[in-house]
Amino acid sequence: MIQASTRRWWPLFLGPVVVAFVIGFVWPFIQGIYLSFCQFKLIADAKPIGFGNYIRAFKDASFTHAFWYTTLYTVVSLILINVLAFAVAYALTQNIKGSNLFRTVFFMPNLIGGIVLGHIWSMIFDGILSKFGTSIVMDSKYGFWGLIILMCWQQIGYMMIIYIAGLQAVPEDMLEAARIDGATKAQTLFRVTIPNVMPSITICTFLSLTNGFKLFDQNLALTAGQPILTQPGGTAIKTTEMLALNIFTTYNNSSANAHGTAQAKAVIFFVLVAGLGLAQLAFTRKKEVQQ
Amino acid sequence: MNGSLTKERRNKMILSVILGIVCVIYVLPVLAVLINSFKLNTFVKTDTFALPTGEMWAGIDNFVKGMTFGNYPFWNSVKYSVVITVLSTALILVGTSMAAWYIARVNSIFCKALYFLCVFSMVVPFQMVMFTLSNTADRLKLNTPWTIPVVYLGFGAGLAIFMFVGFVKSIPLEIEEAAAIDGCGPVRTFFTVVVPMLKPTMISVGILEIMWVWNDYLLPYLVLDLEKYRTITIHIQYLKGSYGTVDLGATMALILLAIIPVIIFYLACQKHIIKGVAAGAVKG
Repeated sequence: MIQASTRRWWPLFLGPVVVAFVIGFVWPFIQGIYLSFCQFKLIADAKPIGFGNYIRAFKDASFTHAFWYTTLYTVVSLILINVLAFAVAYALTQNIKGSNLFRTVFFMPNLIGGIVLGHIWSMIFDGILSKFGTSIVMDSKYGFWGLIILMCWQQIGYMMIIYIAGLQAVPEDMLEAARIDGATKAQTLFRVTIPNVMPSITICTFLSLTNGFKLFDQNLALTAGQPILTQPGGTAIKTTEMLALNIFTTYNNSSANAHGTAQAKAVIFFVLVAGLGLAQLAFTRKKEVQQ
Repeated sequence: MNGSLTKERRNKMILSVILGIVCVIYVLPVLAVLINSFKLNTFVKTDTFALPTGEMWAGIDNFVKGMTFGNYPFWNSVKYSVVITVLSTALILVGTSMAAWYIARVNSIFCKALYFLCVFSMVVPFQMVMFTLSNTADRLKLNTPWTIPVVYLGFGAGLAIFMFVGFVKSIPLEIEEAAAIDGCGPVRTFFTVVVPMLKPTMISVGILEIMWVWNDYLLPYLVLDLEKYRTITIHIQYLKGSYGTVDLGATMALILLAIIPVIIFYLACQKHIIKGVAAGAVKG
């Protein structure tokens, strides 16, 4: 009954979003897939060339380097961020003095955008490294660990919030029962608490995973891919460049195939990130059914 | 019994102290921005962690210089950041809540397909569409701060619709049916009955969108006409990314001005922000 009368109003309710969604997502997405098979400078004079762009993308040493660099970064940051965030969340749920203040402070960096964060930390790292006559853009090791420290600083507070929500949902009587049965603090943590916050752990793991792969702003602002390494073959590789930045750099390259190759890389990147994202949805949904 | 209680209390005190120290370390980067924004440029790199005393003191010169730094008035970028964030968030909230209610209540293939597309768009990284999107936006004249909200609505609709649909489905249909029996049309039902119930989700979605749009760099960088319009984020990246000498003191002054409103906003709506983030994370 209610449906029939509502149905007529679709131009008002759905119209604006559908129009914007087509402009902002559907059309660019379809066009993006088509253009990844084309050679083009301007979209108007794109001409199809088959899989040439994909072959070029896979042969591009800077792209494969960016892929492995991104993977390494993602694994290291995922472990560090989640372990530290869980530890902080666990400490903050122990009924200690000042936990509200601590929570406020730890979450604060999330409000500051990636570009600004990158510049703040590049100043700090350069301030430290200049004492040793070097700088963050001089060595890829500095760039890597610098980015890890920056992202830990930003993301621990975020993941902490999710872990706190999970920890607070652990039934009090279960902890009580463990205590009465004589379980030690460590036993309670590993046998009761952690199994109960598994959903939070899943969410945070996947969030760190997709965030890591998609990272762009912080990467651009902190090192912008520096330092550059010139390989024996003559190709230059930006050693701290991650996938998203690599696509951006490729697009701004002046060669005739640059736009097409960048778009092909973007499609590969999309398949990668979407694969991780869909795995997350499937995984969390399965968890939800079990509960 | 008594002994273990005091021991536990002592452990908690130690934990508090450790976390307190970590907290101080946590705010140091922001303090570093503060002290360097009052420091002369030449000392920012060499004496980053020293207080701006004596010959290092620049006073408010950095702020004055920063205002016209990079041949672009800083206040313009503040203005455009505010315009874009406010308009985009408002448009997303109104547009997606209406669409989400329709999708949740009307059972048609089109609605199901649209919902599926929205969920799908959440896993698509911006790099996938960035070139074609900026091209489309350019042709449709969506490259000004007053029209770019349409682009934000389009690209950001996914998460918002996902969150709203999830919530609408938890509202019992009977309330709306009662309104319909009392003679309410769908439009009035939505605005007077559904919207008040949606308020908590509206706040969560609004916070997430504000945080996204305000800090976004790549989308406005590619879409906006940069000669005329720069957001704060674009402006700061321009200063640091441009070749030649950059006045670090003045840059830090601008960064300080950029993060002060954010921190005030955070302290004022902390509860909502943390709740919104938790809700968005769990669902997204």
